[in-house]
Amino acid sequence: MALTLAEKIFKSHLRDEPFPGTKVLDIDVVMCHEITTPIAINDLVARGKDRVFDPDKIKVVIDHVTPAKDTKTAQQGKILRDWVRRHGIKNFFDIGRNGVCHALFPEQGFIRPGNTVIMGDSHTCTHGAFGAFAAGIGTTDLEVGILKGVCAFREPRTIRINVSGVVPEGVYAKDIILRIIKELTVKGATDSIIEFQGPVVKKMSMESRMTLCNMAIEAGGTSGICMPDRTTVDYLWPFIRSRYADKKAATADFQKWRSDPGCNYARVIDIDITDMEPQVTVGYKPDEVRNVSDVAGTAVDQVYIGSCTNGRLEDLKIAAQYLKGRTISPDVRGIVSPATPKIFRDADRMGIIRIFMDAGFCVTNPTCGACLGMSNGVLAPGEVCASTTNRNFNGRMGKGGMVHLMSPAVAAVTALEGKITDPRHYRREKLR
Amino acid sequence: MKSFGGKVLFLDRSDINTDEIIPAKYLTEISKEALKPHMLEDLKDFDLDAPETREARVIVSRANFGCGSSREHAPWVFEMNEINVVIAQSFSRIFRQNMFNCGMLAIELPEDAISKLFQHNDGTAEITVDFRNDTITISSGRGSETVPYQITKFDKALVEAGGWVDFADAKY
Repeated sequence: MALTLAEKIFKSHLRDEPFPGTKVLDIDVVMCHEITTPIAINDLVARGKDRVFDPDKIKVVIDHVTPAKDTKTAQQGKILRDWVRRHGIKNFFDIGRNGVCHALFPEQGFIRPGNTVIMGDSHTCTHGAFGAFAAGIGTTDLEVGILKGVCAFREPRTIRINVSGVVPEGVYAKDIILRIIKELTVKGATDSIIEFQGPVVKKMSMESRMTLCNMAIEAGGTSGICMPDRTTVDYLWPFIRSRYADKKAATADFQKWRSDPGCNYARVIDIDITDMEPQVTVGYKPDEVRNVSDVAGTAVDQVYIGSCTNGRLEDLKIAAQYLKGRTISPDVRGIVSPATPKIFRDADRMGIIRIFMDAGFCVTNPTCGACLGMSNGVLAPGEVCASTTNRNFNGRMGKGGMVHLMSPAVAAVTALEGKITDPRHYRREKLR
Repeated sequence: MKSFGGKVLFLDRSDINTDEIIPAKYLTEISKEALKPHMLEDLKDFDLDAPETREARVIVSRANFGCGSSREHAPWVFEMNEINVVIAQSFSRIFRQNMFNCGMLAIELPEDAISKLFQHNDGTAEITVDFRNDTITISSGRGSETVPYQITKFDKALVEAGGWVDFADAKY
């Protein structure tokens, strides 16, 4: 029978079906951060079940508020640290080595095609870019994942999105996913997996595929998913080279984690991006998406470039191409957060950090902070932020603040002008 | 099993997200009790200082309730305010699962049934839940009506077990 990739992963990981339609899966990777894990740890301790199913399958990072900003956040870090030591969890990324979970864990090679991945964080869907089933879950699911290595899901249904056409100047993966969310709406993919296919996705880097999958949840999706291919192999090669004779062999092996021709999709959507403009959100829902030309001129107080959506090297490069040799508007606060220490180092080596600083940006350490109004760039009531993040909810980056979601390209030129600006009016400079 | 039913808080809007239910700045709390005063703090355009809010034991809302962040702090802040039932036209997957995982009820009803419930929004509405027979009954100054609902066998078992940790611990 022809199966979708998600169906193949469910079939291969099925531990139990306690009731028809309820699939309890074995989990390959349980990821933890300091916001949603401490309450799970405390509950396990209170129940007298302070155990972990497999310390090697648990990956832990402190990323939401780091360095700790107050006693409460310091306590969250401490609970995590003590727990990691107690159970011999080796893959723990504390300050100095920590970064935004959905950028850091792929970079460490933790996610492989065909994996099942859970985390107490809704943007876990990002890891579907590797051909994995990766779902955001709550603290109770996380607690059971830590204790038993299982998680329950309903039968997967897959929505396939075919992205075709010529990628226009100034349009990037972020614009494409915003366009897709506009089409699906914020609830269009609930209880579904969004499969990204088509020639445009095939040509995309892993970073761009992660940007697509990252925002699957904004359409309600359980996971995003891409078909593993040579690009996936190239990204993972340092971690898998000992297992394969060469990249060709690895690519051939990864073919088993692809949707079969003739498999059953709940819905198929074709999107041709040839005539697409850069996209920007308005309002408080991520499906309220407009062409940049419709919102150009909207004044902003802050520009934020970072997060699990757009804080990777490719994103910083794109922004730097527009910022090089230019300075941002004196009316704007520019903040950039490279998503991991490696990204920070690589950006530094390539002169990108210098470009941001010369332009007038504040460069912060890797952290999720500003994206959800926890630290490192919280808005005042009435302020407007142009942001490369994933949510424009009311109050998301600070009570009473307004967020416009956009690509790093739109964010960069918006910083230059102090108002939402179309990047196609700018020449991109070559980076050295 | 938790107790279900009581006075109703009507939230007449779709896509109420978990940031509105409990803003991220409170996610630094490591006890559920500390969340209690901050329920629905960032939800605009509703008068939540009214006595109905404090006395409410059931929320009735529209489509895609609980979208956005995976934070289980959203069900917890309801639980701390003794609201163990949310009835909506639809839920986000993670919020819905978090509710059942905590032994709470997330009941989906068709749009017309939800609209009927909203017609009882006169400040006196109460809902009782017949968990065994999968029905809810709403009573207000406008009368009383009983509406059947469906939840999955798994979700029902989670409520009966008192949540997913107890269910999973006994079984896996």
